[in-house]
Amino acid sequence: MSFYLKGVHIPHFKHTANLSAVKMTAPKYVSIPTSMHIGAPATPIVKVGDSVKVGTLIAEQNGYISSPVYSSISGTVTEISDMLLSNGKTAPIIKIESDGEMTVDESISVPVVDSKEDLIAAIKKSGIVGLGGAGFPTYVKFDTDKPINELIINGAECEPYITSDSVTMVDRIDDIVYAIDIITKYIKIDKIIFGIEKNKQAAVNTIKSAFKDRQNVEIKTLPTLYPQGAEKVLIYHTTRKVVKIGELPIDVGCVVSNSSTIAEIGNYLKTGMPLIERCITVDGNIVKNPKNVIVPIGTPLEEVFEFCGGFTDEPKKVLYGGPMMGIAVPYLTVPVLKNTNAILAFNRTEAKVAKTTACIRCGACVNACPFGINPVAATKALKTEDLDGLEKSGVELCMSCGCCSFACPAKRPIVQNNKIAKETLLRLRAKEAKA
Amino acid sequence: MAASRMYLSISPHIRSKISTTSIMLDVIIALLPATVAGCIIFGLRSLAVVAVCVLAAVASEFIFNHIMKKDQTIGDLSAVVTGLLLGLNLSANIPLWQAAVGSVFAIIIVKCIFGGLGCNVVNPAITARVFMLIAFGAMAKVAFPVSVDAVSSATPLELIKNDATPSLIDLFLGKKGGAIGETCTLALIIGGVYLIARRVITWHIPVTMIATVFIFSFIIEDFSFISALSWTMSGGLFIGAIFMATDYVTSPSTPLGKIIFAFGAGFITVVIRFYGTYPEGVSFAILLMNIVNPYIETLTKRKIFGGREK
Repeated sequence: MSFYLKGVHIPHFKHTANLSAVKMTAPKYVSIPTSMHIGAPATPIVKVGDSVKVGTLIAEQNGYISSPVYSSISGTVTEISDMLLSNGKTAPIIKIESDGEMTVDESISVPVVDSKEDLIAAIKKSGIVGLGGAGFPTYVKFDTDKPINELIINGAECEPYITSDSVTMVDRIDDIVYAIDIITKYIKIDKIIFGIEKNKQAAVNTIKSAFKDRQNVEIKTLPTLYPQGAEKVLIYHTTRKVVKIGELPIDVGCVVSNSSTIAEIGNYLKTGMPLIERCITVDGNIVKNPKNVIVPIGTPLEEVFEFCGGFTDEPKKVLYGGPMMGIAVPYLTVPVLKNTNAILAFNRTEAKVAKTTACIRCGACVNACPFGINPVAATKALKTEDLDGLEKSGVELCMSCGCCSFACPAKRPIVQNNKIAKETLLRLRAKEAKA
Repeated sequence: MAASRMYLSISPHIRSKISTTSIMLDVIIALLPATVAGCIIFGLRSLAVVAVCVLAAVASEFIFNHIMKKDQTIGDLSAVVTGLLLGLNLSANIPLWQAAVGSVFAIIIVKCIFGGLGCNVVNPAITARVFMLIAFGAMAKVAFPVSVDAVSSATPLELIKNDATPSLIDLFLGKKGGAIGETCTLALIIGGVYLIARRVITWHIPVTMIATVFIFSFIIEDFSFISALSWTMSGGLFIGAIFMATDYVTSPSTPLGKIIFAFGAGFITVVIRFYGTYPEGVSFAILLMNIVNPYIETLTKRKIFGGREK
């Protein structure tokens, strides 16, 4: 197996790399979805007309893989309605109109942590989920009896434009150190590894000097190659461990957590303020003043863009996240979520979808895939619904990182095909199991 | 408020700048030195042959698409590449109608009726060359450099077979008999370096194929370095190894597959050259390897990271 998995060299566009995060003024209203994490949506516990403050619990955790939701501003609940999520399901969304005061809830207090159980309960209560994009409830990762050999802190930030993680690593190094100290005090972890792409020198230097006398902390500078920050890629590049199909990182003794998530844990353990705001990168070719902004969760995107000077051209494509894996949104009124690390806006020229031409069997997709999936074979097997062919193509492993589509000279919709192939594979396998 | 309707495409939202057209354009640019060299060595009639091949190739693809009511694909420039490659593989004194027939055969029979670009099983230019060799004996009447006294009536390969080796400098610069674009090794190497630098192709196929021919010639020729070099720089080896064997559609996609493919092509070339009835074997060798390509692909596919053991 090669030393580094394959990937693609993509443009960086890290315009905001040296811009410390600025705090946004309180928005006029926020719309806070109850589903900003993987798992069951939280259950609303407020009614229309209730007044809430910064940090007030407005929806409680519903089941093991779930996360509580807190108000990010002070004001009045004006509407609770259903919101269409990007996965096609619906979940309640709570609209709160601001009173402009930003009064903090009296119940906010520093959590008492004396044991592993206390720590996990605290992370659970904080409402912290994976801030890098996946939104997996963070406490679940630590709530395990399996041994943790390595806690890998993901600071790769391999997507273009996005700098919110690297800026957070520099701005909030104290929170990160505090979180690491408490976590390692109560949870047995052999080694902490920071995985950071080598083009983020400021973050690397900050982490290095902050942890210079810790024996159990290692900083790995990784090549600037997309998708460096993908979980399985990062685990392999920092520990040489292979997470097989169907396994979780913990099965090989690893827990991966985003650097901003760790900073948020530190902040909660210090202050007791749950996850109600986050740093996001605001950029794209039509944003007047690209910035890193600390935004209350639930703030409509248009207010954030306005805070950054508005647009220089008509927005035709607006993304949650980076251009490689981000989700295009239909309206500018959609809210900033817990797992939104960037919002990007582009004009018509950038938004246009390239024309698809015939596959020339150049193999660019196969050679770009970090996992060696063969999208051409997957597409062929998909046409005939051939389960064996689909399994052999490796498409089951596809994480939609987009390397194949990026590299394809014929501009074919490979990621989309892979998604359909993956769904089909699971359906056929279920059918076979039944028969 | 919300702006007018926005694009809701799936990720990734950025694509590399490389397109099918840009790749084909690079191949055309890489073939220009050989084209110019061919015109200098064999005279302006070479240009007429190449022009007829390119025009016939583009026109036949255009007409086929039009009649079959398919999307027009001549814009991807692949027909230009096929026509240009075929032209460079023909002799400068070939009747122009034969050149045109070859191009039509390459585009219609080898490419379009299999489903167009990407669906052909074998390389169109190579197959058309072999077709013409059999149908017209096109290679038998080889042109000779206009600038050189036509004292000999044999091609370098025939000369070598008769132990009358041309000078290595002449072989390198292309002052010898042969097809328009195949004689000037220098021009072909320039084109190959350009393609590798632009990452259109990798080194695996050309280097392996040329090295294979060199090594086997070296052994068969009793370890004569000069003879081995003469064999290597003669015939269509360089144009075949750099431009025809590297065709994406009909060659493997993994490095190991490429090496196996190129070794096979080089080996068959040597066998035909030394033991066959035809003086040249590059076209046949590549054509045969095109046919086994799917099996090489299957044998050499990339290992899946963390995949199930099967």
